[in-house]
Amino acid sequence: MTFKLATATAVLAMTAASAFAEEVRVYNWSDYIDEELLAKFEEETGLDLVYDVFDSNEVLETKMLAGGSGYDVVVPTGSFLQRQIAAGAFQKLDKSKLPNLANMWDVISERTAQYDPGNEYSINYMWGTTGIGVNVGKVKEALGEDAPIDSLALILDPANMEKLGSCGVYMLDAPVEVIPGVLKYLGEDPDSKDPEVIAKAEDVLMAVRPYITKFDSSEYINALANGDICVAFGWSGDVLQARDRAAEADNGVEIAYNAPKEGALMWFDQMAIPADAPNPDGAHKFLNFIMDAHNMAAASNYVYYANGNKASQEFLVEDVIGDTAIYPDEATLANLYTFSPYDPKLQRTVTRMWTKVKSGN
Amino acid sequence: MRRYLVIALPYLWLLGLFLVPFLIVLKISLSDLNLSIPPYLPQLDPGAGWEGLKDFFSQLDLENFVFLTEDDLYWKAYLSSLKIAVVATLLTLCVGYPVAYGMARAPSEWRPTLMMLVILPFWTSFLIRVYSWMGILSTEGFLNQFLLWAGIISEPLIIMNTTKAVYIGIVYTYLPFMILPIYAALEKMDESLLEAAEDLGCSRLQAFWLVTFPLSKSGIIAGCFLVFIPSIGEFVIPSLLGGSDTLMIGKVLWEEFFNNRDWPVASAVAVVLLAILVIPIILFQRNEQKQREAEG
Repeated sequence: MTFKLATATAVLAMTAASAFAEEVRVYNWSDYIDEELLAKFEEETGLDLVYDVFDSNEVLETKMLAGGSGYDVVVPTGSFLQRQIAAGAFQKLDKSKLPNLANMWDVISERTAQYDPGNEYSINYMWGTTGIGVNVGKVKEALGEDAPIDSLALILDPANMEKLGSCGVYMLDAPVEVIPGVLKYLGEDPDSKDPEVIAKAEDVLMAVRPYITKFDSSEYINALANGDICVAFGWSGDVLQARDRAAEADNGVEIAYNAPKEGALMWFDQMAIPADAPNPDGAHKFLNFIMDAHNMAAASNYVYYANGNKASQEFLVEDVIGDTAIYPDEATLANLYTFSPYDPKLQRTVTRMWTKVKSGN
Repeated sequence: MRRYLVIALPYLWLLGLFLVPFLIVLKISLSDLNLSIPPYLPQLDPGAGWEGLKDFFSQLDLENFVFLTEDDLYWKAYLSSLKIAVVATLLTLCVGYPVAYGMARAPSEWRPTLMMLVILPFWTSFLIRVYSWMGILSTEGFLNQFLLWAGIISEPLIIMNTTKAVYIGIVYTYLPFMILPIYAALEKMDESLLEAAEDLGCSRLQAFWLVTFPLSKSGIIAGCFLVFIPSIGEFVIPSLLGGSDTLMIGKVLWEEFFNNRDWPVASAVAVVLLAILVIPIILFQRNEQKQREAEG
């Protein structure tokens, strides 16, 4: 397979590289690691690390299902991981090569087992919630002091959106993140697989779509931090990164993140090894390196996401471990829900609906 | 013998790089979605022999093409792409013709330099050039800042993330493909024909319309096809510069492939797109042939 992909130059480059060091190729989400860890990994193991990024599960999944991606470690979200395991995209972990598995946190492992029974194929990298990021000043200016910044009504009630539209609202371009939230707002089961229930979400979204500036899953960090937009429906850590960038820039922008009080989607990004990984041995070294308590803590301290690593908690800064937006308290944790994948037929209905929501057609 | 070899070479090229990939796409468009690597069935198993082959063909069907007719999204997207491609081609012609005309009438020692200037943008990656338009057209971008500074407008123009930006992107990107064939046609024109026309009482405008324009027709047609054909399936420009309501078939194809993971339907969309494109391509070839016969 590698041979098929490699052009003459790539073959030359690979032979040249292998004369010096082995390569490990990692494909992770954008803005999702402390880059110093990458250098540290190379230093400790003597392996060359090739680190690429993506910003949507769909792109990763297409690469996985096409096969021959050439990556050794990839990071799909739970529901996508489950489907890709079923398609035979991943290899079982060799747990004897992963002594740091002892560091993992059972609270999270129990939940990730819903997608990957027995956690045979993956380890948790980060987890978080999908919720609402707001530019506090601008939202209060538009909606008054008691603006419902901790409720889905902020982005799903046309009365609120009408006033927010002109100052900018971004929404994740990911139906599997948005639709469960809309269903929760309507008081339905967010994990519903009933087409009639899912259709109810369409009406809500069509009513607010005129006020949505853009459907996008990565630009909102900067857009929030620069004060270009008022509201983003996005991932917890991304919004918190925006909060910190704004604070560093000292530009008078105050960003806040809230998991919706109606209940928030809890997701898990899992590191797994593709079935056709060129260097599974190196991949295991990378996973074990990431599960080291110090390294995992460094990653969380940098990206403001919670991790599934119990041992790392003592090295987390207070800003992270003490923030209930990152490590929710018991009450919030009880209010979180998870999501399981759609079957192909329903997936088509959902994507069609999403196209309609985005394009109006 | 050598003559056949020379003819065989382009045919082999077409066979290997056009026909074979097309047949693969056609085969996938007749398959069914499945959760596996790759995500469709049936797979051809070369080990199964004749029976396996028969079994393979019996599993192919036109289901996905029927599906395309059931949802109006696909027709709307095809029509909207067609409209965008036609309008963009005409705009490119309006910009490209005067440029080509100017180049062909320039002193002959300037022409290589002018030619160079037309080709120069190709030295930078297409993607980077489209990205730079994002910087120019956005609400806080250079264009708005300049117009606000000059006092021409008081509110920033909303161009970015609309279909207008897509037109600008296409005209900019494909302009050289319009200029070069028109220039080639105009450059080899015999200027004494114009003198003759004026001697016979034509005004300059009449001479242009009755002599220059018809003689550059082959260049115009070639240029229009070179712009029209790639713009109709364009994906990068609408996804970077267009808004969420810019409906183009390239984007629909991307969504079928990535979001639905439905390779069979995505392939069916591609096959239909190709069928739509084959008609203008055949017209183009006919025109070329007529031209050659007229010259010969």
